[in-house]
Amino acid sequence: MTADLMLIWPELILTIGGLVTLMLGAFMGDRQVGIYQLSALLTLAAAAVAVVALFGVEATVFSGTLSVDAFGGFAKLLIYAASFVCILIAPRFFSGGMRAEYPTLILFAALGMGIMASSRDLMTLYVGLELNSLAAYVLASFMRTDERSSEAGLKYFVLGALASGMLLYGISLLYGFTGTTDFAGIAAAMGDEPGIGLIFGIVFVLSGLGFKISAVPFHMWTPDVYEGAPTPVTTFFASAPKVAAMALMTRIVVDAIGPAIGAWQQIVIFLALASIILGAVGAIGQKNIKRLLAYSSINNVGFMLIGLAAGTQQGVEGVLTYLLVYLVTTLGAFLVVLQLRDEHGNQVESIPALAGLSQRRPGLAAALSVFLFSLAGIPPLFGFWPKYLVFEAAVNAGLVPLAVAGIVASVIGAFYYIAIIKTMYFDDKSEVEVTGGGNAVEGTIVAASALWLSAVGYLFIPMLAVASAHAAAVLF
Amino acid sequence: MLAIPAIGAILCLYAGDRNARAIALAATLIDFALGVVLWANFDIGGAQWQFTERADLFGRFQWALGIDGMALMLIMLSVFLMPLCILASWDAIKQRVGLYMAMFLIMEVVMIGVFMAQDLLLFYIFFEAGLIPMYFIIGIWGGANRIYAAFKFFLYTLLGSVLMLIAMIAMIAEAGTTDIPTLLNYDFPAGMQTWLWLAFFASLAVKMPMWPVHTWLPDAHVQAPTAGSMILAGVLLKLGAYGFLRFMMPMFPDASAQLMWLVFGLSMVAVVYTSLVALVQNDMKKLIAYSSVAHMAIVTAGLFAFNQQGIEGALIIMLSHGVVSAALFFCVGVIYDRLHTREIDRYGGLAVNMPAYALFFMLFTMASIGLPGTSGFVGEFLSLLGIYEASSVVAFVCTTGIILGAAYMLYLYRRVVFGELTKDDVKAMPDLNPREWAIMAPLAAVALWMGVYPESFLAPMRGDVTTVVARLAPAKPAGDAQLAAGKPNADAAHGETAHGSSHAGGVQ
Repeated sequence: MTADLMLIWPELILTIGGLVTLMLGAFMGDRQVGIYQLSALLTLAAAAVAVVALFGVEATVFSGTLSVDAFGGFAKLLIYAASFVCILIAPRFFSGGMRAEYPTLILFAALGMGIMASSRDLMTLYVGLELNSLAAYVLASFMRTDERSSEAGLKYFVLGALASGMLLYGISLLYGFTGTTDFAGIAAAMGDEPGIGLIFGIVFVLSGLGFKISAVPFHMWTPDVYEGAPTPVTTFFASAPKVAAMALMTRIVVDAIGPAIGAWQQIVIFLALASIILGAVGAIGQKNIKRLLAYSSINNVGFMLIGLAAGTQQGVEGVLTYLLVYLVTTLGAFLVVLQLRDEHGNQVESIPALAGLSQRRPGLAAALSVFLFSLAGIPPLFGFWPKYLVFEAAVNAGLVPLAVAGIVASVIGAFYYIAIIKTMYFDDKSEVEVTGGGNAVEGTIVAASALWLSAVGYLFIPMLAVASAHAAAVLF
Repeated sequence: MLAIPAIGAILCLYAGDRNARAIALAATLIDFALGVVLWANFDIGGAQWQFTERADLFGRFQWALGIDGMALMLIMLSVFLMPLCILASWDAIKQRVGLYMAMFLIMEVVMIGVFMAQDLLLFYIFFEAGLIPMYFIIGIWGGANRIYAAFKFFLYTLLGSVLMLIAMIAMIAEAGTTDIPTLLNYDFPAGMQTWLWLAFFASLAVKMPMWPVHTWLPDAHVQAPTAGSMILAGVLLKLGAYGFLRFMMPMFPDASAQLMWLVFGLSMVAVVYTSLVALVQNDMKKLIAYSSVAHMAIVTAGLFAFNQQGIEGALIIMLSHGVVSAALFFCVGVIYDRLHTREIDRYGGLAVNMPAYALFFMLFTMASIGLPGTSGFVGEFLSLLGIYEASSVVAFVCTTGIILGAAYMLYLYRRVVFGELTKDDVKAMPDLNPREWAIMAPLAAVALWMGVYPESFLAPMRGDVTTVVARLAPAKPAGDAQLAAGKPNADAAHGETAHGSSHAGGVQ
């Protein structure tokens, strides 16, 4: 037991740090933004250090319900980094309205996500998922006085509860037909030819997870919630939970139901293609940049699922690399959105208002162009590389038609990305005076991520390849 | 060579308008000088790949550069045109000069990179990267309908290239390497070759552009600024043909032979159809754009003749067309700057008040038609010779295209330069200024040089062409021309062959 505790240091640190931050907020009041923010940031940093320190350890803890391995470590680092950024950017956005609950909730969400990423049992999976979701529902409606924010929270909650129900039903079926909740046990009991009951279980589990990663046809909540939630929270939703849910889905697909490839592969292929196409087509008519980025995240999840559909180690490596690049791009893009303000300091979210941004804020426009071209996967920007990896995995796994369909659909996606760039660069100045402005921290993050996503990122490929191969090898 | 424009581009972004122009010009001139040095040091008849540079930077693929003769000539073309493009937009571009110059320099990096790349993925990255600067160049500094043109350009070419990417992935999986020289000698299974060939074709035919996927070209040309058209016609169109020669033919020889008639058929349609379309254009740039499509069709037909003459001829047409069409677009640009219209009817009688301009325009018109002594003649003659060897029918149809070419170019020239000088605003147009002289003169010199002594351009490429021909030889279908018989085939290209043979000594 003590030995087990030694192996879950990151989770312990997050739990303690979250509680400390909560107490700080409760006793010192919401005014002391600096203090509780610092405590939350330190907690995340310490947890990340703990993850790094545990690299190389491969063990299962608490009677095989949690696994400590490189795959979980990779995902956790991404999750913690995203949470770190989301806490960092919050105070300026909420200005007076910042409360200690915000960093606390993010810490607990990060804890839940870490558990999701390293669970190897259906029960821990569900506990992690719900811990994350409950924190997320509250975060979505964090601006209590704002109608849209409350609406987003409610919508997220109702649909999220439905998805959890489906997931739970799937879990009960899997348990009922295999007699165990352990991933390895399920895989062993299932064999190549699962019966009809197990297939139902797989479908329900994948549907529930599809909701969390907002894959089509379980994506309906995404644009509304992204639009309504406060921008830092949207940034959070678009980054960390995507990583966690994607990691969890990969683990389930490969570890738990891996042998039944005939059953799950077609579901994943359908999710992938539907997400790519609908994510691209749905985005074309959008006038709100946050909604547009929501569709873009749906679209990108589709590409990740292509790597997963391959079901090979190469595919999982592709998914992990994709997650990292997607995370950096998304954080960068939302940070740019965060900086768009009119002369009264109000947020600007409408795309037509971006017209002429390249002349008002050339640096910001250039950074956003880098992010958008990168999301579209146009070389020489680094967003091309993960796309290449997942397509390569698909081709090597013999899924050439899937790769062709996906890549052709990516051209549709390119259309709306270049449409925004057109607005920023080609159109005359809009009437709304976008002045923007941000602090040095935000500027640095935007500049660093834009630089990394420009051709410079290619220099990191060897490093990334080693890390992702290491992480993916755990599952095979 | 790659570094200098890249550094220049970054500097331009931060420099003021005047400085940006100077920096861009300096960077491109230095690159041109480096190009000359490269050419001077290129060992003709030496190893196939020279100046190779290799660094294992990217793990899965390599930073591998190197050139052969074909690449050398196309690099020379790019670095030669680049300073002229910068000069051409010296006065015409007044807004956001820094960004504009930066885009052009990035374009230069990308183009040189494409021709140098020795790694399949590196090639693809450079190949695609050209889309972004061109999208901005057309979209920001283009004409009235620029946004439509920029979108069309971007999406058309992107759709084509993504299919090529899938083919590349399949090739890498099959051969287990991304190294181009190795892949060149790898024998892909015949059934796979056909699919790979079609996927590459989808991409390169759009870039080329071949009929029926050429429709983006007139729009892009018409809307792009003068220098944008120059670089588009001069170098970017050559990427497609370069891809044919570098990848499709040596890597998939069986499929190339099998699908030869597809290429011939499309080329024949393109030559005749686009020439006829060019004949009825009212917009000068559109006319030249359609003529580009026709010329590129002769290039494809020449390449797929599978023999030394055909391929060498096609390469010379590429170089010649690069120079001549850039020059013609600049000619249009010169008068567009003065009158701000490209409508042919608005001009007339320019020979009277702009004699120097008329002279240069005449020279380039003639080069475009393929008059002996100019660059166009050498290329067209050689490639038609090669095509004739492969198929007399194709040669016949392509020759028709040349006759039509003469028709539309001369018709254009007559309407713009000759005739009565009646319109007052046209009367007020001044002749060439020194800057325009500085652009016209080198272009004209090269066009003549290539026409009189093409050997200096052919020599570096000959070895590479021989390699490609040798690679294709097992798969090559027999031609229908009886070359040994001494009796010319009655129906085919009679006039052109007889006419050309008297000059053949000077040409070869």
